[in-house]
Amino acid sequence: MTIDLQLQEPPLVSGGVAPDGHLQELRTDPLALLHRVRAECGDVGRFELAGRDVVLVSGAQANEYFFRAPDEHLDQAEAYPFMTPIFGKGVVFDAPPERRREMLHNQALRDKFMRGHAATIAAEVEQMTAPWNDAPEGEIDLLDWFAELTIYTSSACLIGHRFRRELDRRFAELYHDLERGTDALAYVDPYAPIESFRRRDAARAGLVELVGAIMHRRQAEPAVDAARRDLLDVLMSVHDAQGNPRFDADEITGMFISMMFAGHHTTSGTAAWTLIELLRHPLELAAVRAELDRLGAGGVEVSYQALREMPRLEAAIKETLRLHPPLILLLRVAKEDLAVAGYRISAGTLVGASPAVSNRIAEDFPDPDSFVPARYLDPRLEDQYHPWTWIPFGAGRHRCVGAAFAMMQLKAIFSVLLRSWEFELAQPPDTYRNDHSKMVVQLARPCAVRYRPRGRS
Amino acid sequence: MDLDLCQGHAVCESEAPEVFEVPKRGQVRILAERPLPEQHHAVRQAVAYCPTRALRIEED
Repeated sequence: MTIDLQLQEPPLVSGGVAPDGHLQELRTDPLALLHRVRAECGDVGRFELAGRDVVLVSGAQANEYFFRAPDEHLDQAEAYPFMTPIFGKGVVFDAPPERRREMLHNQALRDKFMRGHAATIAAEVEQMTAPWNDAPEGEIDLLDWFAELTIYTSSACLIGHRFRRELDRRFAELYHDLERGTDALAYVDPYAPIESFRRRDAARAGLVELVGAIMHRRQAEPAVDAARRDLLDVLMSVHDAQGNPRFDADEITGMFISMMFAGHHTTSGTAAWTLIELLRHPLELAAVRAELDRLGAGGVEVSYQALREMPRLEAAIKETLRLHPPLILLLRVAKEDLAVAGYRISAGTLVGASPAVSNRIAEDFPDPDSFVPARYLDPRLEDQYHPWTWIPFGAGRHRCVGAAFAMMQLKAIFSVLLRSWEFELAQPPDTYRNDHSKMVVQLARPCAVRYRPRGRS
Repeated sequence: MDLDLCQGHAVCESEAPEVFEVPKRGQVRILAERPLPEQHHAVRQAVAYCPTRALRIEED
């Protein structure tokens, strides 16, 4: 493509400080930076990340360009340097686009497996809430609780039950340290000597050790019958031409970390925020409960229920995703000079779209800062009418492949939780917030809620 | 169908195999431009579950 060299660069947002530009602001208050780019520059603006330009697009037209672009124009590799130390070499963002495309054709996410996954998830929620039956009421830390639950659900659904049964809290805690190791400083040096990167590397080594110990135990055991084999058994059974195991513990751990990554902090955070928003909005909670009671009447199994349409719960989840998108900045690298909405983007530039910004464009989502699940009900259907700005799952060719799985998982979780338990906020409603100091957004502590069995006051 | 977006996930094929075909490395091909009434439900599921929203139904 020939690009008109007369085209100007996108305008630069205020606030950068030499020599790192907006890096410090991205590390401390990224939402303020991203919203200011749109407020000052419009649909296409620019900030600076340690000497590198980042072009931020927003609004339907520029977003559609971003999400439709082929990998040859806008590529994901190199866009997420903070992921390589977590996944390991050769995994996901360290692999070429064609290979990534193949890896994303994940059999476990196919619709025919969904009912089995729903049953698995319901059973995990039952197991996590079982200790609650011993004490009449109690308090949970939402970050800890949902992070642990979603380690169990994603390992059981994506790797297998046999592997899941060998995990406990330790795996969840190490995984959390990995997610905390996503400081934007990685754009300067992914191995900079800072505490969160040190903990990240120690956590990965700890996970390799746990997986290695599981592999060691399995080698000593007699082979299991085919029906019980999980993905770990399959990977351990692959040998090279010399008869040596094809994958070691490090490589297998890297694969498992990457398979679980996209669906872990995202689902965990969304479950926590859905509960917080429902507790902040009692009328919405009542509508969701009434819908669940109606669908669950007569003892319908959750595995069946979670696959049915639940307009009120789905709307509450969608609205939670709009207001608290788990990913606030989606990035690509321009592979050649490009023209976007009358501006020039030079090869090598980072290009981003922001769910946090686009999801709150007032022209598309009236009263954008309020929690209004009704905007998804017929006839408003705002997510369907604005597919390029309602983007909690991204959009276009790289739209989240796990979106249907995520919705089913959240429906299964709340089907179980709200059927048997009542919750209340354990702190003032406006004190729940996200910690944006890392690229992986997590709930900030404190984030407590109280539970008690349903039907008691 | 929007071939800009299709990434060959083959969800549509698993929902409605008589209407959609996706080769192992390739994009969706439509086998029946006008699906039969008994296939309509499966086709609607295929459109709804397409991971990249690459499919659309045109009513006439």
